[in-house]
Amino acid sequence: MDKITAVQDFEYVELSNLISKVSDLKAEGYRLVQICGVVLDDETYEILYSFDKDHQLKTLRLDIKIDVDEVESITGIYWPAFIYENEIHDLFGVQFNHSQLDYQGTFFRIVEETPWKPKK
Amino acid sequence: MAKRTIVPFGPQHPVLPEPIHLDLVLEDETVVEAIPSIGYIHRGLEKLCEIKDFEQMVYVVERICGICSFGHGWGACASMEGALGVEVPERAEYLRTILHELGRVHSHLLWLGLMADGFGFESLFNHCWRIRETVLDLFEKNTGGRVVFSICKPGGMRKDISNENLQEMVRILNGLKAEIKEITDVFIEDSSVKNRMTGVGVLTKEEAMELCAVGPTVRGSGVRQDIRLTGDHGVYKELGFEPCVEEAGDCMARTVVRIREIFQSIELIEKAVEMIPDGPVDVKVPKKVDGEFAIRLEQPRGEAFYYAKGQGTKFLKRMRVRTPTNINIPALVKMLAGADLADVPILVLTIDPCISCTER
Repeated sequence: MDKITAVQDFEYVELSNLISKVSDLKAEGYRLVQICGVVLDDETYEILYSFDKDHQLKTLRLDIKIDVDEVESITGIYWPAFIYENEIHDLFGVQFNHSQLDYQGTFFRIVEETPWKPKK
Repeated sequence: MAKRTIVPFGPQHPVLPEPIHLDLVLEDETVVEAIPSIGYIHRGLEKLCEIKDFEQMVYVVERICGICSFGHGWGACASMEGALGVEVPERAEYLRTILHELGRVHSHLLWLGLMADGFGFESLFNHCWRIRETVLDLFEKNTGGRVVFSICKPGGMRKDISNENLQEMVRILNGLKAEIKEITDVFIEDSSVKNRMTGVGVLTKEEAMELCAVGPTVRGSGVRQDIRLTGDHGVYKELGFEPCVEEAGDCMARTVVRIREIFQSIELIEKAVEMIPDGPVDVKVPKKVDGEFAIRLEQPRGEAFYYAKGQGTKFLKRMRVRTPTNINIPALVKMLAGADLADVPILVLTIDPCISCTER
């Protein structure tokens, strides 16, 4: 039953297009549902940005190189994104630039620094 | 301009059973800004998918929260079933819907009690939790557990619930309605309760949408947003579900939404028990996951997001859970700005915060 009804709408987005794409979704009336990080391999993270409009879920995939790419914060478009960006920063070590609420690594009080980051 | 002071609220506070911290910037007794701080007990449960196989992960995800544990188990199973390409039997979907709605009754009664405790109405708190005990007894009788049930598994349900037991459940819940009405009327009509909640912590419809709020927090602000409308999970479409929405956007409106949802959940259970088909409650599932799937559930506190990504083995590459409290924190911050210091505990409670969920 779940398989039939829950539409899976995933779309790749380039790092350089992230802000314009997210701005477009905001203008179209989408709500931010969540952002999460996924470790694809030792060198790549996938950041998933999920949005909702009229109860339909849409997810943007952003692939970034670990320790190389920095991501522009979307808190200027969706302020509540600070919850997720700070979480991903603390758990994965992803740098989000120009955040409107940057906890600078103190969002989670965890023993191990960036526990999700692949060990080299 | 009045002198500004910063008052720390939490992480230990009488209204908080779990730790969250707020730096409250005050001018006299008025909050002008609140800066939230979480992460005191982050457990890293999602990372356990590296050492627990996908079927074991259901037990882990259920333990994210002791209040909405059934929903978490269901969300985890549904995301895995999607990734596996498995369709669960219809009877299992009905049973999941029934238990999920029973969980909503239990969760909202728990919250009403905590709210009453928050504004110092101890006898009301005791009555809410007394009635909730009967709901927990129903869980125990039908699943074997009162907090964590482990009855959901990828592919369906671990055990069936007999039609006789389901009918008894309806009978008992119908018997509770009068008692629930008696105590919920106090929330709506008692002047001391109204003084603490009416017009307090107003979140407009526009603000609620801008802050991406979910659950009773957004429905109390006049937004018809409920993931049960999607039909992505359960049998809500078959049951003819329509969400409870209130317009005022204050603490009372959010309370009334939850009160109405208690009665609505009992009606949904009653309808589901009438309509539930006979048949199997589970199907076999493959032993390796190699897909991905995202699904949302309407938990008692609001929309929860579950994402499972396989990697061709019995271990998931990623199990993501975004719980409702996570995304209601920005709305709480907005509500606190302009509030009286004395109302802060009530406002914190009004989003029904679950730090256990937030610190999964």
